This record gives sequence, C-alpha cells and structure tokens, in this order.
Amino acid sequence: MKKAVSRVYMALVFLFLYAPILVLVVFSFNDTDTKSRTVWSGFSLRWYEMLFEDRMLLEALRNTLIIAVCAAVGATVLGTVAAVGIHSMKSWRRKLVMNITNLPMLNPEIVTGVSLMLLMVFVANLFGVTLGIVSIILAHITFCLPYVILSILPKLGQMDPHLYEAAQDLGCTPVRSFFKVVLPEILSGVVTGMVMAFTLSLDDFIISYFCSGTTQTLPVFIYSMTKKRVSPEINALSTLLFAVILVLLLIINIRQGKMGKKAAKEANV
Amino acid sequence: MKAKAVSAPYLVWMAIFIIVPMLLVAYFAFTDSGGAFTLDNIAQVGQYSNVFLRSIWLGALSTVVCLLLGYPVAAIVAHSSLKRQSVLIMLVMLPMWMNFLLRTYAWMTLLEDSGFINSFLAAVGLPTLHMINTQGAVVLGMVYDYIPFMILPVYSVMSKLDPSVIEAAQDLGADGRRVFLRVTLPLSMPGVISGVTMVFVPSVSTFIISKMLGGGGNLMIGDLIDMQFLGTAYNPNLGSAISLVLMVLILICMGIMNEFDDGESQGGGMLL
Repeated sequence: MKKAVSRVYMALVFLFLYAPILVLVVFSFNDTDTKSRTVWSGFSLRWYEMLFEDRMLLEALRNTLIIAVCAAVGATVLGTVAAVGIHSMKSWRRKLVMNITNLPMLNPEIVTGVSLMLLMVFVANLFGVTLGIVSIILAHITFCLPYVILSILPKLGQMDPHLYEAAQDLGCTPVRSFFKVVLPEILSGVVTGMVMAFTLSLDDFIISYFCSGTTQTLPVFIYSMTKKRVSPEINALSTLLFAVILVLLLIINIRQGKMGKKAAKEANV
Repeated sequence: MKAKAVSAPYLVWMAIFIIVPMLLVAYFAFTDSGGAFTLDNIAQVGQYSNVFLRSIWLGALSTVVCLLLGYPVAAIVAHSSLKRQSVLIMLVMLPMWMNFLLRTYAWMTLLEDSGFINSFLAAVGLPTLHMINTQGAVVLGMVYDYIPFMILPVYSVMSKLDPSVIEAAQDLGADGRRVFLRVTLPLSMPGVISGVTMVFVPSVSTFIISKMLGGGGNLMIGDLIDMQFLGTAYNPNLGSAISLVLMVLILICMGIMNEFDDGESQGGGMLL
C-alpha cells in the first residue's frame, strides 16, 4: 500500500517535470501556421528547416561555444593557480579570500550581473569600445571561478604535502614539480571544475544578458525569441538542445559504466 | 614566499572583478546622475516596498511548495535500491540541463488562454481557466524551474542517514510519525536548509519568470532592476540602490537560515 502510494506520487512528480518538455517536443513537429499553435495539424519538419536558415541563431550558437571554451579554459587555469595559492594561505587571510571568492556564488545572479555590467561599461567608456564577446568571457570567467576553486581545494587538502617537497628535494624546480607531482594528484578536481565551468557558461543567461551589449549568445537569443511570442521555431530549438543533452549524458553514463566495470574487473584480477 | 607569488594573479582578478564591481554598485547607489553624494536613491527604494513584499511573498511561497513537493521525492529516492537511485536522480536532474528560459517558455504555451491546457479543457467540455499572467503562474514557473535544487541537497543528506538510527527509534517504540518528526526530519535539516537557500535566492531575485508568466502586472525586484539598467526607466543609480537593498536582504535571510541550522543540528545532537 505504502509502496503504491509512493509509486503514484513519483509518477505524478515526473509527469509534472516532463509533460511541459514533451509538449514542446511534440509541437515542434506540428505543421501549422503560427496562429493556432496548440492545434495539431499534421507532421512537418518546417520549423527545423527555418531554424537552420536562421543566420542570427547560428551566430549566437557560435558565440556561445567560443565563450564557453574560453571561459572554461580561463577559469580553470586561473582557478587552479588560485586554489594552490589559497591552499598555502594561513587562517584569517584564507578565510577572507574564500569569503570574497564565494561572493559571486552567494549573491543573487542579477546583482552579480549588474555589478559586472557597471564595471564593463565603465572600462569600455574609458577605452571607447563597446561591450561584446570579450566582456562576456571576462564575466563568465569571474562567475565560474568559485566553482573551479571549490572543486580543486578538497583535492589539494587530500594530497600529501610531502610529495611536493620530495620532488623539490630531488631537484625539480617548483614549476616542474607542480606539473609532475601536484597536477596529476588534483587532476580529477581540475577536470570536474572545467566541465562545470563549461556547462555553467553554456547555460548562463542573466550574466550574459547584462554584459553582452549587442552580441548575442544562445540564451540571450532564446530570450529575444520568447519576447516575440510567435514562432514554433523555439520548440524545434528546445527539442534539438534536449536531444543533444540526452545523447551527451547517455554517452558519459555508458562510458562511466564501462570504466566502472573495467575497474571492477581489474580489481578482481 | 612562492605561494604568495602564486596567488597574486588571482588576488588581482578578485579585486578587479569582484570587489571593484561591488564598490561601483555602492558608489552608484549613493550618488546622483551628476556624481554628487545623495541618499535619494535609497529613499526612493521605499516607494517600491510593495514590489519587495511581493517578491519575498512569491519567493517564500514557491520555496515552501518546493519543500512540500520535493521532500517526499528525496525521501522516496533515498529509500530505493542503489541502482534505482542513480536513475531517479538522473531523471530529476535532466530537465535542469535545459535552459530555464525554454522551460519557462514551455509553461507559457501550456498556460495561455488559448494554450494547451485550455484547449484540452474545452475539448473535454469543461470551462476554460485564466492562468497566464497571474501570481499562481509565476509560482508554478518558479517551482518547476527550481524544484531540483530542493530535491538534490535533501536527497544527498538523506541517502547518508544511518538506517540503524531509525531502527533504534522504532525499537524504542516510536511510531512512524514520531520517527519522522524526532529523527528523520531533524537529521535531514542540513539538506533542507541548503535546499531552501538554493530555491529562495533565485526565486526572490528572478526577473524573467515573472515577466514571462506574470505579464506586466506582477513585477518583482529583478524586473525593477532590469528596467533601471536595460529597460525603459533607465536610471542606473536607482537600479544600484535596489540591487544593494536586495543584496542586504538576501544576506540577512541567509544569516537567519544559518542560525536556524545551528539551532536545529544542536537540537538533533542533544536528542541523540
């Protein structure tokens, strides 16, 4: 009885979570004019065709990818260096730096966005340039940094500090011992941070919205589409994005499953 | 010595991109358009107290709904077999990977007067409902967008609960209700606290959900800030003042939550 109740409850919750997405997907294939969006009038791929002819969309997609790659790489490099630095700090200094680091994470996103916009506009006016892809990348690096740092710091904590000293005793320069000894130890944290930074940047709307000037990223483009409230193109776009995410997650899961099995096998041997 | 040199680039970055922007917000909040010191902006924020109250009310409401809906989900998932757990959690997380604008847009097409739900109601012969551009629609959108933020932290705490603690309570004669109220709930409190903050902060400060699902009539703090910076009512000084007040408000709320957290976990500790 209790089991049945919880089954029904979970079914309802998942219905709530997935029904809107399902409706979007189904109606992306609807062959209708824009006036009767909710009436099914036959299968068609016309909205997908329109999507691929949309120059603005393709440019927004390109911008988003460029920004995400730059932000992920930038935040990872800076964040790794920062984590090493913070790790070696003592009590109050460390506390102070960590509190400031966490600020963009704790603050409402809109406040972070607005504050960065004020800075970018100020600097842009100073040099007579306009906001664009560079200001978005800088803003994205800033809001991704705490996530990168927080995923690396625990790894540094787990590391045996003597390893680094040992490498130097054996004649490595500090830089060389970092790459040869420290980096391999914390690599999983670095990779997690980088993946997180990449997905956060891809998905971000609020920060980009305030720091983009006239440059469009995909979420900003989606926002301008929803304002017009007309085209089922947006359904097609949602469906495509959802499909891409689904495939990516499946690949990751299957790979992890395989690696897990492999590890288990090796452990058995 | 070396460590100091290593942290230098980040400290510079931190100063430029975290501290200076905050100072700029404060500077704009306390100056007029000419740059002279003034308290007018802060005083003007008072005019929008109804918007602040509405934001806090809607944010709190959707947080409570998320908690009431999400807590049982977290509990059910935490009590499933390990294999099921990973599948269910994956299913909870999957919608989060879709941009929240698209998820909110999906509800727009569902709730519209000529939308999916109303077409369905009309087809079955029931009277149609006016749902879009109401506060209910805004709360619905926020619950839909943020409920994974409630389920995930509660789940991660509950899945680590020691089942023998619950068994001990049962052995000592507690019925189901008492076990939940005196053992499970207090022990899952850290998850609830982080879930509540993770839902409340974005809900209070949202500006797109209220615009898309609430129409023009249900302005929230976020919309107000947006209007001052990129909208029709261009006034970055007032916008900064509102941002500053919002920030302080959130900090106070989080401070209260943390106090609550300490009290609760101590209570749980004493109970044990």
